[in-house]
Amino acid sequence: MNDKPPDTHTPDNAASWAKPVDTLTVGDTPAEAINLNVQGKRVSGPLQGFGQLWQKTYRFRLRGVQTTSAELVRLWKEKLPELMPPNSRFYPSITGVKPGEVIIINATMPGVPGAISTGVMILYADDEAFTVMTPEGHPESGFNTFSAYEADGVLVAQIQSLARANDPIYEFGFRFMGGSKEQEKIWHHVLAQLGAQLGVSGAVEMEKVCVDPRLQWSRAKNVWHNALIRSTLHMPVRLARRVVIGKTGSSGTQGVDSP
Amino acid sequence: MPNQLTTTVRPITPHTCIIDIQGDITAQAETDLMNAYTQASQNGTTAIILNFEGLDYMNSSGIGLLVTMLIRGQRQKQRLLAFGLSEHYQQIFALTRLNEAIGIYDDETAAVTAVTTPA
Repeated sequence: MNDKPPDTHTPDNAASWAKPVDTLTVGDTPAEAINLNVQGKRVSGPLQGFGQLWQKTYRFRLRGVQTTSAELVRLWKEKLPELMPPNSRFYPSITGVKPGEVIIINATMPGVPGAISTGVMILYADDEAFTVMTPEGHPESGFNTFSAYEADGVLVAQIQSLARANDPIYEFGFRFMGGSKEQEKIWHHVLAQLGAQLGVSGAVEMEKVCVDPRLQWSRAKNVWHNALIRSTLHMPVRLARRVVIGKTGSSGTQGVDSP
Repeated sequence: MPNQLTTTVRPITPHTCIIDIQGDITAQAETDLMNAYTQASQNGTTAIILNFEGLDYMNSSGIGLLVTMLIRGQRQKQRLLAFGLSEHYQQIFALTRLNEAIGIYDDETAAVTAVTTPA
């Protein structure tokens, strides 16, 4: 029997983790960003979602690039919005990719009018990796880790997601409406763009593992937070606001827009 | 320098094992951690208790490994419990909502009691 009291020391990487929060708070965002479905939401990890749990790992070998993994991750954090495809825009806060910060995401989905507005929280960020965690209502529930490491003398940029669809509607979309393929294309694009920044082209490798094939029916009620539905329902409000702003000429940063 | 993970599996009752964790839980720890889980899961284990008293460091990839281990356990109808987490890592478990699925206890006695005492 081991009765030693818990070690309460703070580890070296404590500052790399987001501070504990009950719900997310969004700061100022660029005027062009649609800020919906994040403020006041809880984060939602791989255990809280509905669909099958997948671990997908995307790797891009940066042959010939003479830089360090830390320098690559620094570049990745700095250029993240530029690396995203046009149908999935990231809007980090002014602070950038730092633990606890929120990135607003505006994305379009095939066959769906308008844009889905959601976001992610930076759960962890150090010199060699950063991880984002999704909020309630996001299409996926889980983590995405962006990292760099050296293997056989070659620098490798890697994205690893551990996530499941957040609710039954998203699960249907991922499985039967091409959503899963679209999601995979996004991360292929990001890695290819990162390589392009460093003058490297090549193929992105992908590994998919179904960690849990079960559906979590107790989480079907997550549909209440569905950001796609909420964004669509909010569209008339946004259009009306755009007309008013057009008449008054208001501009600048956009504050919190409650769902 | 990272401290490589070492694990020890201790059977406590015929259906309960403790995995003592020493060192760092990062992506590099995957093989060691999953081997320990496999060893602990043999012979009809229904509860696995993770002893984090020797945990030096864990990053977000480490949290991902714990999620994977938890899911494997759930599929085998096993309970996963933990003790010895520092206050910092208890906060991380709460932040990532791992604490909703892994029972966290102050010490080994409390964790073993939780397993062996009928609800």
